[in-house]
Amino acid sequence: MPLGLIRHGFRGRRRPRRTLPPAVRLRPRYDVAIIGAGGHGLAAAYYLAKDHGITDVAVLDKGWLGGGNTARNTTIIRSNYLTPEGVRFYDESIRLFRGLSGELDFNILYSERGHLTLAHTDAALRTMRWRAEVNKHLGVESEMVGLDELERLCPHLNLDRGVRFPILGALHHKPGAIARHDAVAWGYAIAAARRGVEVHQNTEVTGILTEKGRVTGVETNRGRIACAKVLQAVAGSSSLLAAMAGFRLPIHTVPLQACVTEPLKPFLDPIVVSGSLHVYVSQSARGELVMGGPTDPYALYAQRPTLEWKEGLAAPMLALFPFLAEVRVLRQWAGLADMTPDFSPIMGLTPVDNYYIDAGWGTWGFKATPVCGKRMAETVASGKPPAPIRPFALERFAAFRQLGERGAASVGH
Amino acid sequence: MKILHCPLNGPRNISEFVCGGEVVEMPDPGAATDAEWSGYVFGHENARGVVREWWFHVPTAYWFIAERDTGTDEILRTFPASHVFGRAPP
Repeated sequence: MPLGLIRHGFRGRRRPRRTLPPAVRLRPRYDVAIIGAGGHGLAAAYYLAKDHGITDVAVLDKGWLGGGNTARNTTIIRSNYLTPEGVRFYDESIRLFRGLSGELDFNILYSERGHLTLAHTDAALRTMRWRAEVNKHLGVESEMVGLDELERLCPHLNLDRGVRFPILGALHHKPGAIARHDAVAWGYAIAAARRGVEVHQNTEVTGILTEKGRVTGVETNRGRIACAKVLQAVAGSSSLLAAMAGFRLPIHTVPLQACVTEPLKPFLDPIVVSGSLHVYVSQSARGELVMGGPTDPYALYAQRPTLEWKEGLAAPMLALFPFLAEVRVLRQWAGLADMTPDFSPIMGLTPVDNYYIDAGWGTWGFKATPVCGKRMAETVASGKPPAPIRPFALERFAAFRQLGERGAASVGH
Repeated sequence: MKILHCPLNGPRNISEFVCGGEVVEMPDPGAATDAEWSGYVFGHENARGVVREWWFHVPTAYWFIAERDTGTDEILRTFPASHVFGRAPP
């Protein structure tokens, strides 16, 4: 034990540093109200202040900062999508993520691990070759790997041919990463607050005020706020909020469950996904295995985990890593996923003027936090969605121009 | 295991069923505008609370209607579609 460290610990009185300014009175007027203090809403607030000089912003949340799906996802970051629109968008997110700890002066524990999507069928191999070619064409590092390379990348993986669904190959996406999800929300909140943005927790929006088709403010449990612009970023409750504003969304809210095991010594470097077996796993910085699988089979707003789901997860997980049979599950939870019919998000304008939407993030929202915040801030500031997010507009459904990303979803949902 | 009461087969494991989505009236496909049709196909209410949905018992290929609370995951009532849409054809 280094003596210097002990001496340092006893020297002087140290107070914890307050990172976020204390909650202040809710004012009756703001330029912009952002509903939802998750990663997306806070990132939008930060980029509004930093890139556009708009600091008279209130971020409202009915619970606490980063307490919704930001805290409930499995923190996987990747850009190996299928459509060029999707690949470009998520690639921009990765580039922002890489510099985020430095930019926010807050360590988000960004850790590039590589991402392996396993193929157990010829059909899966075909989709992966397609994904690899689209990715490479757009400058994203993805390539098909055979069993030899797979064994080198992930020596613990069960490559035995004598199982029900033997592994045939994999899509290797080098930039695949994980990060500390709470830190992303806190980093953005602190950096936004430093520039004058107010974060109001325990402030539930109960109504959207409009006049002649234009938003004029929001009703909350702490009183009415007048504001010129409103951004909704409330994954899981998107349809409920849209209903308050008077329009419908092509979304089903479905629970997405996940769990972590007790901590183990670091052994699993890459993130391993099997779309055919419907499971994925990565090892966190604490050594816990973070595991996920398919969404629940029907729409629901209850955040309850089920035994059926864990049984469905355990069997294929043991096919991939048989030695995990002795390992215990430590925590379990569920988040609420906004599932869209084409597995792409919804960003941009709505039928209500000056009311902007960031929704439909299904099971792929965390990885888009920086880019979505940046692009939605641009949308709110200028009133016009920038080119990279225009394909994700809500109106694509009315025009029957969906953006099919189901083939690139981590697991079949 | 969660049990769903099928009007045709009685109490069965919910894994035998598939949810078919909200019961909504279909506009006339010949007369509907594009906006009406996309609203019908994509514009879901996705309510939190008691909803009325189509459910399908896969082994017997039987469609029926269930009332379910999407806030609590409780199934309140299941009944044949003929209760809503008049008598089923013979």
